[in-house]
Amino acid sequence: MNKYYLNYLDELEAEAIYILREVWAQFENPVILFSGGKDSILVTHLAKKAFYPAKIPFALMHVDTGHNFPETIQFRDDLIKELGVKLIVGSVQDSIDQGRVAEEKGKNATRNALQITTLLDAIEANKVDCAIGGGRRDEEKARAKERFFSHRNDFGEWDPKNQRPELWNLLNGKHFEGEHFRAFPISNWTEMDVWNYIKRENIAIPSLYFAHEREVVRRSNSWIPLSEFLRLEQGEKVEKKKIRFRTLGDITITGGIESDADTLEKIAQEVSAMRKTERGDRSDDKRSETAMEDRKKQGYF
Amino acid sequence: MEINNNQLLRFTTAGSVDDGKSTLIGRLLYDSKSIFEDQLESVTASSVKKGHAGVDLAMFTDGLKDEREQGITIDVAYRYFTTPKRKFIIADTPGHIQYTRNMVTGASTANAAIILIDARHGVIEQTKRHSFIASLLNIPHLIVCVNKMDLVDFSEERFNEIEAEFEEFASKLLVKDVRFIPISALLGDNVVNRSENMAWYQGGTLLNILETLHISSDINKIDARFPVQTVLRPQRDGFIDYRGYAGRVASGIYRLGDEVAVLPSGFTSRIKSINAGEQELEEAYAPMSIAMTLEDDIDISRGDMIVRKNNQPEPSQEFDVMLCWLNNSAAKPKTKYTLVHTSNSQRAMIKEVVYKMNINSFERDSEDKDLAMNDIARVKIRATSPLMIDSYRDNRNTGSIILIDESTNETVAAGMIV
Repeated sequence: MNKYYLNYLDELEAEAIYILREVWAQFENPVILFSGGKDSILVTHLAKKAFYPAKIPFALMHVDTGHNFPETIQFRDDLIKELGVKLIVGSVQDSIDQGRVAEEKGKNATRNALQITTLLDAIEANKVDCAIGGGRRDEEKARAKERFFSHRNDFGEWDPKNQRPELWNLLNGKHFEGEHFRAFPISNWTEMDVWNYIKRENIAIPSLYFAHEREVVRRSNSWIPLSEFLRLEQGEKVEKKKIRFRTLGDITITGGIESDADTLEKIAQEVSAMRKTERGDRSDDKRSETAMEDRKKQGYF
Repeated sequence: MEINNNQLLRFTTAGSVDDGKSTLIGRLLYDSKSIFEDQLESVTASSVKKGHAGVDLAMFTDGLKDEREQGITIDVAYRYFTTPKRKFIIADTPGHIQYTRNMVTGASTANAAIILIDARHGVIEQTKRHSFIASLLNIPHLIVCVNKMDLVDFSEERFNEIEAEFEEFASKLLVKDVRFIPISALLGDNVVNRSENMAWYQGGTLLNILETLHISSDINKIDARFPVQTVLRPQRDGFIDYRGYAGRVASGIYRLGDEVAVLPSGFTSRIKSINAGEQELEEAYAPMSIAMTLEDDIDISRGDMIVRKNNQPEPSQEFDVMLCWLNNSAAKPKTKYTLVHTSNSQRAMIKEVVYKMNINSFERDSEDKDLAMNDIARVKIRATSPLMIDSYRDNRNTGSIILIDESTNETVAAGMIV
């Protein structure tokens, strides 16, 4: 191959860096939405590259459900220290205490949907005009419709049927006061691309992604980790399994898979042979056919 | 799968549900083993619910709630698949007339366009419309898939007839590379696997063609254009005097020591360093995202363009554009819009509508001057100060503009500089 052509990972990287720089140039107060998962870690890594030798010019914003993996919080705090950037935390527990939202009831109650209010409150309180997310179009059918620069009205809502057309590399981030944008620099990456890139760049990720022994419970076809938030149903028993997580969400809804993959090399290999999508083990998406679309319209990530 | 030296190919699919577009994409994903088990299970369940025998491939591309209910595609959806040879991004665009704007959007970054023709109906108005847009957006490769060959007894004669029909009107288009493939998306003939029913067809399957299209020359490698996105001033130890110009190379190649001019000021200097993150480079080329520093201290900011001293774009304040109107509210005469060209924004107005294009007959209409949703017209644009433009034919990145309505902030038009 002629040497003046990028391979697909380099092209995806160049595209993401371009978008991150456009965010910086077009908005007053952008933040990176940081969950501690691999996609937001990747976005942060790309931001580091985009602005080198300057520091990342964005704060990291974490919407904390209170139902975290302790490892994720440790990882977050270490990364913040290393990068020297500001951390903004929006707390779902605070939203509950203030009566902004009420805890879900019933068997499969989670704090997943509650995050929407906390997120929008944090965006408003911190006068954020662009929240950069690690969402990818291959994750889910509603996300397949996302723009790189995605408009949110003054209620934080997304109108998927009336999106601004996005042509060439020309991004339109113009907005009125009170509105904001979501930016998705890794829209065009697939799960496999993310892993291949993490491996190539040797990016540090939480230990949860690597195979480890853990106490888990079998629930709707995946291994839910034992935690103080988990209420055991009748007939459920705690087992010890060697598992790892493909995605990281709340500890209450993120199912692990049995695996021996304990290096990036082995993870990439395992993912390439996977026959199920990564969100297949996320109970938040299984609630209905349009679970993601419904949440996204209200202002979800 | 190690595919680290593989290229990325973006293609768009045009056609309506009736042409079997969704079925084709479903087939491509399914036969290239890009469908996951849980997706297959959910589609199988829905297929059974709707009373289909077997898996309805079209359902793999279903998106939003309204789309599933109405059985149409409302907006561009992006799909991804990878083979051992390439990574692919499909911009799946709606085929209905009212959604021309989505097709233009999907086509704007595509290396290739797939045009679907129903073998029973041959070339219809929609075929011409889609091909015209592909040509207008300067998509380098056009792949015409004559679908539903199973419904015309896999007839070579019928296929040849359609090919001739297409070539007759396509002679007016400016697409460099056109291929024809007889397929049956429903049965899988010539999509990923070779057809056993059409031994007379000697060419490659659709996937085979997508994997081997020569896309390396799709980007302009001659005219070096570097629009500055932002200036990096770290002001920290070791980088006190660092002034890096960050941007994405729009076209061409830049090397250390190259003599460059900064536009619009016209000052010249030499390239001192090129960085991609911490990595120091000898040269950079499109579409890399880099930061460069220059030997001399020149005032440079976002919207400026760094070019080779001996190869410069034409600074123009007034120029002709093929404009596609993308908004429900029509163009307003004498109104100032925000014009975006590379990293540069300016105010501009449509000075004159030269003619409107009838994209069904390819005829020019010089009488009707109103620009409404989905209209395509040649217009004269006047900007408040000169822009560093190239013609769209020569350079997709520095030959394209959008217009933003300042009262709504919406992107209302896309333009290709003539």
